[in-house]
Amino acid sequence: MKVVLHVWRQASASAAGKLVDYQADDISPDMSFLEMLDVLNERLIVRGEDPIAFDHDCREGICGSCGMMINGAAHGPMKLTTACQLHMRSFSDGDEIWIEPWRAKAFPVIKDLVVDRGAFDRIIQAGGFVSAPTGSAQDGNAIPIPKQAADDAMDAAACIGCGACVAACPNASASLFTAAKISHLGELPQGQPERMKRALAMVHQMDLETFGGCTLFGECQEACPKGISIDTIAQMNRDYIFAAATEREATDVLGSG
Amino acid sequence: MERAGLLRFWDSSVGKKVVMGATGLILVAFVILHMAGNLQFFSGSERFNAYSHLLQVDLIELTWLMRITLLGAVVLHITAAYQLTMRNRAARPAGYVKREPQVSTYAARTMRWGGVYLLLFIPYHILHFTTGTLHPAFVRRAAYGNVVIGFQVMWVALFYLGAMAFLGLHLYHGAWAMFRTLGIARPSNDPLHRRLALAIAIIVPAGFSLLPLSVMLGFMH
Repeated sequence: MKVVLHVWRQASASAAGKLVDYQADDISPDMSFLEMLDVLNERLIVRGEDPIAFDHDCREGICGSCGMMINGAAHGPMKLTTACQLHMRSFSDGDEIWIEPWRAKAFPVIKDLVVDRGAFDRIIQAGGFVSAPTGSAQDGNAIPIPKQAADDAMDAAACIGCGACVAACPNASASLFTAAKISHLGELPQGQPERMKRALAMVHQMDLETFGGCTLFGECQEACPKGISIDTIAQMNRDYIFAAATEREATDVLGSG
Repeated sequence: MERAGLLRFWDSSVGKKVVMGATGLILVAFVILHMAGNLQFFSGSERFNAYSHLLQVDLIELTWLMRITLLGAVVLHITAAYQLTMRNRAARPAGYVKREPQVSTYAARTMRWGGVYLLLFIPYHILHFTTGTLHPAFVRRAAYGNVVIGFQVMWVALFYLGAMAFLGLHLYHGAWAMFRTLGIARPSNDPLHRRLALAIAIIVPAGFSLLPLSVMLGFMH
């Protein structure tokens, strides 16, 4: 099959970018979307042109590296699918395809379709962890966890941090990502001691990174390749409200005891 | 610089949104009560004027308490909305050449401009029916006659109906979103679904609109 691509090309973070048209002929419908870009890149290299830069790693939909706006939708037209797991059979012969990087102030473009998602790492660093020493693995049932809590935590933990939620959000909000991380740990007993501190710190970092706020358009949930629900955002807000209402200044520890 | 306590709450995007949700809850409760009260218009002039008398004379302290609460709620709601909108715009300085909204509703996308319309409508509405400043033949506490004469002016009735259309859209998104923002929505397999909000979004503007429509069509005079 043949497709016409309009790809965002930008030489560096500071350079001006623009959409460049490419004709991709002899594309197999069984190729993944990234394989199609690989084939195009090989042809570009043969012609002495700069190949299109894009992030990718596992190519099996679990690492969160790949991600681009394909025809105006994060990761393209298929639900619950990363760009690497999207196949050319989702398109028709002769289709025009627009490919753009994630757009957010907090995700500056590094080159072409590659953006810097370091903001996500800093949100995690702010509180997306459990700091109790865990030692060696415990017996599986040593800590009783309600089935529903385990399921909800697992669903939230499915987040691969790809940034599709930010890209799809009209406000470039990282609420779904942050909420997934807060819910994932907040549902489990091991996450309880730092639950309040975590909500305050991660939301604060999310704001510092210049992401927008949530207006519940629902676009993030639709774009998320892992199906994270906006229910996690209600959970984040609940934790945040409770944390803000109960927080106190750390008391000085003086004297003995 | 990170501030502490309530100020930190107000500084955060979640805190401001929670303020919008909480004030929204107050405003939704108000429009439901206001609409229910208005329907007494159809019980005739005596009953409706007595209702007006009740609010403006017998229960005037309660009315003022409500006015102050509503004013506070509206000011907070709009301030938070404005500040969040500015942040949200700044969060994506370079937009997409091609972007296809997947699931966002028309109601969600018109929250801001609908809000601006309502912001223009509310002061006009107060100057029209409460103070009478912009009313052609206002008679104090003769609420029934004021409504009939007020809505006989075509553009006024149309402006009012336009406000009700935006109110319906605003309620369709807002009355659903506020429970999620406040963190009190139950987890759902279909979290975008909104039954209660749909009912509120239809019943409230429809109830309000019955007044100008009945006057325009000549049923009430």
